[in-house]
Amino acid sequence: MSAPRNAAAPVAPNAASAASLTVNAVARHFPVGRGFLRGALGRTGPSIKAVDDVSFRIRRGETFSLVGESGCGKSTLARVIAGLDAPTAGTIHFADAASAEHRIQMIFQDPYASLNPRYRIGSAIAEPIRFLKLLPREAVLPRVHELLRHVGLAPADAAKFPHEFSGGQRQRVSIARALAGNPTFLVCDEPTSSLDVSVQAQILNLLRNLQRELGLTCLFISHNLSVINYVSHDVGVMYFGRLVEVAPTRVLFEAPKHPYTQLLLAALPRLDTRGRDRPPIMGEIPSPLDPPRGCAFHPRCPHANARCGEERPELAVEADGSQVACHAVSERRIPVPIHRSDGVAHG
Amino acid sequence: MSAAGPSQGANPAPPGGSAAAQAASVGAHQFAAGPSQGANPAPPGGSAAAQAAGVGAQHASEAPLLRVDGLRVEIPTRRGVLLALDDISFAIAPGEILGFVGESGAGKSLTGMAVLGLLDPPGRIAAGEVWLGGRRIDQLAPREMRRVRGKEIGAVFQDPLMSLNPLLQIGEQLIETIQTHLAVDQREATERALGLMRAVGIPAPEARFTAYPHQFSGGMRQRIVIALALCAEPRLVVADEPTTALDVSIQAQVLQLLRQLCREQRTAMLLVTHDMGVIAETADRVAVMYAGRIVEIGAVEDVIQAPVHPYTRGLMGAIPTLDETVGPLAQIDGAMPRLNARPEGCAFHPRCPDAIARCREQGPRLVAQGPRQVACWVAGPPQEVAQ
Amino acid sequence: MSEPLPAATVDGAAAPPLSAWHRLQDSDIVYSFRRAPTAIASALILALFVLVAVFAPWIAPQNPFDPAVLDLVDARLPPAWLPDGQLRFPLGTDGQGRDLLSVLMYGLRISLLVSSCATLFALAVGVTLGLVSGYLGGRVDNLIMRLADMQLSFPTILVALLIDGLSRSLLPRSVHEQLAVLVVIFAIGISTWVQYARTVRGATLVEKSKDYVHAAKLIGMGPLRILFKHVLPNVLGPVLVIATLSLGLAILTEATLSFLGLGVPPTSPSLGTLIRIGNEVLFSGEWWVTVMPGVCLVVLVLAINLLGDWLRDVFNPKLK
Repeated sequence: MSAPRNAAAPVAPNAASAASLTVNAVARHFPVGRGFLRGALGRTGPSIKAVDDVSFRIRRGETFSLVGESGCGKSTLARVIAGLDAPTAGTIHFADAASAEHRIQMIFQDPYASLNPRYRIGSAIAEPIRFLKLLPREAVLPRVHELLRHVGLAPADAAKFPHEFSGGQRQRVSIARALAGNPTFLVCDEPTSSLDVSVQAQILNLLRNLQRELGLTCLFISHNLSVINYVSHDVGVMYFGRLVEVAPTRVLFEAPKHPYTQLLLAALPRLDTRGRDRPPIMGEIPSPLDPPRGCAFHPRCPHANARCGEERPELAVEADGSQVACHAVSERRIPVPIHRSDGVAHG
Repeated sequence: MSAAGPSQGANPAPPGGSAAAQAASVGAHQFAAGPSQGANPAPPGGSAAAQAAGVGAQHASEAPLLRVDGLRVEIPTRRGVLLALDDISFAIAPGEILGFVGESGAGKSLTGMAVLGLLDPPGRIAAGEVWLGGRRIDQLAPREMRRVRGKEIGAVFQDPLMSLNPLLQIGEQLIETIQTHLAVDQREATERALGLMRAVGIPAPEARFTAYPHQFSGGMRQRIVIALALCAEPRLVVADEPTTALDVSIQAQVLQLLRQLCREQRTAMLLVTHDMGVIAETADRVAVMYAGRIVEIGAVEDVIQAPVHPYTRGLMGAIPTLDETVGPLAQIDGAMPRLNARPEGCAFHPRCPDAIARCREQGPRLVAQGPRQVACWVAGPPQEVAQ
Repeated sequence: MSEPLPAATVDGAAAPPLSAWHRLQDSDIVYSFRRAPTAIASALILALFVLVAVFAPWIAPQNPFDPAVLDLVDARLPPAWLPDGQLRFPLGTDGQGRDLLSVLMYGLRISLLVSSCATLFALAVGVTLGLVSGYLGGRVDNLIMRLADMQLSFPTILVALLIDGLSRSLLPRSVHEQLAVLVVIFAIGISTWVQYARTVRGATLVEKSKDYVHAAKLIGMGPLRILFKHVLPNVLGPVLVIATLSLGLAILTEATLSFLGLGVPPTSPSLGTLIRIGNEVLFSGEWWVTVMPGVCLVVLVLAINLLGDWLRDVFNPKLK
């Protein structure tokens, strides 16, 4: 990650670096209670800052994950990056945006709402191919069959309707549909959150293999840290609309620096803990209509001081390449574990 | 813990014998040390089963609080009768937390609902018995059952908005529930309600007493639901995915609260969840369900660290962890069969890497194997051919 | 590379796809229909009425509009089961000797024609406006919904009366005569579009946020195509129920208009016109001239309403 120390300066999209996507100071605000008249008079009222000043890069062919709890803004950010929503501020730059090959596809969370119940799944998968005229007419059906086989379904399934499939199978159909559009960039919005563990394993294996095979660049959204660990190269932790920590996956899990990341990892129910003695995080996410001053996490943070309540911290680079937005970390008030390449965390 | 084999019907006493004694003591030993302090609910380290073996059949005479024998739940539909639960047998000792884990469609929620007597019609209990503290409850009249629910069995469901009346203040709902089950006057009910709110960790309970459910966050609402479930001091709580809808950090808080309250009041819990991590943290014993049957049941450490049944093994292998992973996750091919498409013999055999010919012909029963029970021809103990 | 799973292990893949006919027979609707005696009876009655209306020119015993056939001798005969009645005039005759049964058949024809066209018209206008309103949102949505609200503050009959009356005063008489039926259809249609619009708008708002709509947007599909391909098929369910119940209302509205002397011209009388005509001779003892069309109207609307109720229950997921 080569973001500059002063994150206020824009991150320059650099053709030489293999960055496929550069997100720069992106924000998405939702105005609240703006009446007809006020809007007409151009006055802005209070707004919910679902995403605020987020910057990161994704390297070509890699998976970047956004993780956070509900309300942190990761799904909103995913929609903005995919192009389904426009940012209120900031820029989103794809390295091959000019090329005709550039296509973004998305896999959604709810397998029961991602397929139109009126159409057979063969039509659903063929839709991108037909609409984008990617293949001549006679080649469409063979391609649909090929895609079905690729995701582990039978070609005969093309004639069936979505309700004849289980949740896991529908996600496979969604993946097939996403691949049908020949994407170069794939956004996965919690694709396995509504699936059972064993089905989740199938889908995660499938996604990992496909990404490697096709060299896709991926943005993966999840609230599940174990899933993130399995699929990502780099991870960004979001809290209350901002990125609080960005690091390569192993670095994040072995040497988490931000207090929120540390406590998130500590709160995770693990298979090897029994009746833990460590107190979990107290408190809850603040209301978006009444955001705390300074650092959004400071009301719940055991290391907060006066500065944390006044000034919002920015992402700053640490020795092992991770970026952390925390005064306690930059002031070295808490021990900062550093992950060295020998795979051991040093604190 | 009922032994394998067809249930005998009218015998209310727990069967004697070492399996039952060990099982009862596994659950009961947690409290051998006296009243818990609340702040440190965890038993001292080491596997519960090992401790039980050491402690011996100390509480062998302690009867299980909840005993379910050969429970069978059917759902008649226009295409025929679907078998949703088949031959479910288990027991929960007083103060013990038994987790039911499985994937969607396995029948774990249905088990909880059957115990509560809240099966959605046309689903019905077709066979088997449910005994609560020596009294049979599956055949009670609706009015009697309503008294049992709430006073002796509490319930915590996944969606707090379903359990709370949006039009009533929290305080009113607490007082109403308290007064329904305990003979106390308004003043005392209010005191108890405030005490409960404090016990479940709601800050400034006096101020929030008159608030409505929508004014609380999800985690707070679930705490209130827990307060409602425990206000009549029931002996058993059925918790159906109590933390699934909550964020990870809130989930940890609510689980710790549940555990602590159960220890303090010596309340047993039937915890239904699909999350093995929740089971590992919270439960004493676990029952793994597949396609309407229990395939493995035993102490949590044993089942998680050394699973025996092929499905449990596959499940544990499929769970991603926080450790560095290089190869693919172990996946179980296929999916759980739907109720109307159950395979012959063992329901898991089409997906099982160890299946033999017998698995296709006949479904295995739960048989004791040491301190746990397994239903598998291959992985379980040798069984009689004739059934 | 993950290997494709063998077909047998993937749940559901082994069963071959069913034909449309089998799917229909197997569906919940047909199952529920077979078990609802009211629905079956209503459907049969409605089917009978529709057949009679469609084939009236061929199956009516007499063409009541052909003066050559009429004979004043046959005037004012009571229904066949009363003394003085004749079997060839089963429901009696009117003041001009017209066979009431035949007149009823033709009247039914007009009533059904006008009301079904009006319903279709209201459906077309309402569904389109509902789709546009729900999908575009913002000012367009505001405008359409405020129009709808304004119209709802008027009783349906009043709106229809207004339009009909306006057309009479604005158009020259001869033009109005020719267009009378169209005007009635228009009037009744305009008075009932609102319920379709509101229902469809609500359903559209739900569909708009479905992920398959997002997927279509991602490949660059325009809003119009998305509306017709992905949104419209999924919002039509409740529309069917409204249309059925609204058909009954349209029949009654048309009957009311004709009864009041507006509505269809007397040359093609509907059931309402017949009731009005019969009303004038009611107190001279010829009750059958007004009661027969009245009974016919009641049975027709009742059958439609019962069928509509059953349909609404079938579509209501909460009752399943």
